[in-house]
Amino acid sequence: MTRVPVDTATKLDARTLRADFPIFEQEFHGKPLAFLDSAASSQKPRQMLEAMNRFYETSYANVHRGVYELAERATEGLEHARERTRAFLNAPTTREVIFVRNATEAINLVAYAWGFWNLKAGDLVVVTELEHHSNFVPWQYIAGKTGAELRLLPLTEHGELDLSGLDAIAREGNVKVVATGLVSNSLGTINSLDKLVPWAHEQGAIFVCDAAQAAPHMKLDVQALGVDFLAVSGHKMCGPSGVGVLWGKAELLQKMEPFMTGGHMISSVRADKTTWGELPHKFEAGTAPMAEAVGLGAAIDYLEAIGLDKIHAHEQELTEYALGKLSEVPGITLYGPPPDRRAGIVSFNLDGIHPHDVAQILDLSGVAIRAGHHCCQPLMHKLGVAATNRASFYLYTIPEEIDQLVDGLHAARKVFA
Amino acid sequence: MSFDQMYREVILDHYKNPHGHGVIEDADAEADGQNPLCGDEVSIYVAFGDDGETIDEVKFSGRGCAISQAATSMLMDMATGRTASEVATMDKDELLEEIGIPLTPVRLKCAMLGLTTLKVALHKAKGTPLPDGLAGFDELELT
Repeated sequence: MTRVPVDTATKLDARTLRADFPIFEQEFHGKPLAFLDSAASSQKPRQMLEAMNRFYETSYANVHRGVYELAERATEGLEHARERTRAFLNAPTTREVIFVRNATEAINLVAYAWGFWNLKAGDLVVVTELEHHSNFVPWQYIAGKTGAELRLLPLTEHGELDLSGLDAIAREGNVKVVATGLVSNSLGTINSLDKLVPWAHEQGAIFVCDAAQAAPHMKLDVQALGVDFLAVSGHKMCGPSGVGVLWGKAELLQKMEPFMTGGHMISSVRADKTTWGELPHKFEAGTAPMAEAVGLGAAIDYLEAIGLDKIHAHEQELTEYALGKLSEVPGITLYGPPPDRRAGIVSFNLDGIHPHDVAQILDLSGVAIRAGHHCCQPLMHKLGVAATNRASFYLYTIPEEIDQLVDGLHAARKVFA
Repeated sequence: MSFDQMYREVILDHYKNPHGHGVIEDADAEADGQNPLCGDEVSIYVAFGDDGETIDEVKFSGRGCAISQAATSMLMDMATGRTASEVATMDKDELLEEIGIPLTPVRLKCAMLGLTTLKVALHKAKGTPLPDGLAGFDELELT
């Protein structure tokens, strides 16, 4: 049985949890690694890596159709992971839990298999200025192909969604899709969907939620959120790369055309006609990311044993600490909402120093941050910058890493003085 | 590597006081380049001399990191007085030597943004060869 850290204290102990992550055993440029890029992808706990390894070593065969015991064991592994994922999302049934490569593929699945067949001229697809390209480009592309039009919900000065224009949008056409992220990967904004989801449904639209940046940090409940589709990436939440999840309402999934066709997703294949398999298999063409799904299940075990509430609280504490320390750095511009309304993500710019140069100097100080547009070019355009620096925190982040970041920023200012 | 080795004085000088920074109105050749990794943008403008071949003046505008801005600034000096075909076949190592610091693959793209864009501008105006990696692109895709 995997050892998972059960923390009965009120707060999580990042220092202890850090020992679960082999990556921190190394030094970079002679300094301990301050890894402040978890929003791009999280580091991996030993428990998850061991679960994948164990699956390969003891239970590996192709799933579903094998009649021998080993294949059954592999199928059990995959389906157990599906059940863990269902419970994690509070989905009503595992039939609605589809394994894909990542959140981008999940959203493309909906854009192609729902959008391509249901959108037409006069229809509107509503996204936001805050979206990651993963929840922007597929809609822009499918809208363009079907003659539908894209509308962007603007942001307030704090980087939060401005919903004042909803009525005006509704008058412009038939709103068919509303696609919104739950947590911004750039600014860390936690979007409230309380108003937006009912509005979408009043318009007769489907609501597609990109939860890739939310799932690592907060308890998700697809039924409470009221959305129709929700996308998650395993690699951001202590799981492996190569597996993500699309959750969708069965009634919608059932009516949809397939996304990819081929092996496994069929019911029967004749020379003149093929019929599709049952959910979720209809949307899982080809050999599944089996070991990766097992890894995702183990990552969910890991996160739930710690407690997502504790992870969230830890990150907010760090964000408050970071915003306080960073605001004392001369020439800094901080973007995004106050700490209580954001996840553990801080975007900033240093006056006169390009983010690439900041990130390079930080790297030489052992600090890993992201510099660039964070796959959010519409947002960068809105902020009037080409790029920002982004530091992001996770359950294993300790305050010393933020201190190391601030020291590095002072060094960058000295180089460019 | 220390900060000083990476950000040599000459890089910082070019970054703070770039050579050939600006716009040439009615340029004989021009092109816009983007680095999709970071969203940086550069526009290059060329004016040829009376022979229609020799680069009389070359300028750049846009935004970017110290490496991309310094490299483009150095390039402005290097390209002035050369012919379009000389610049089109200019080896990237010539520019890298001038920059004189070890660059990771990501930073290499920053350093090459100006040279690539200049070669595209010359290709559009003079039909000179496109830089490596852009060869085979449809004319319409080049901005």
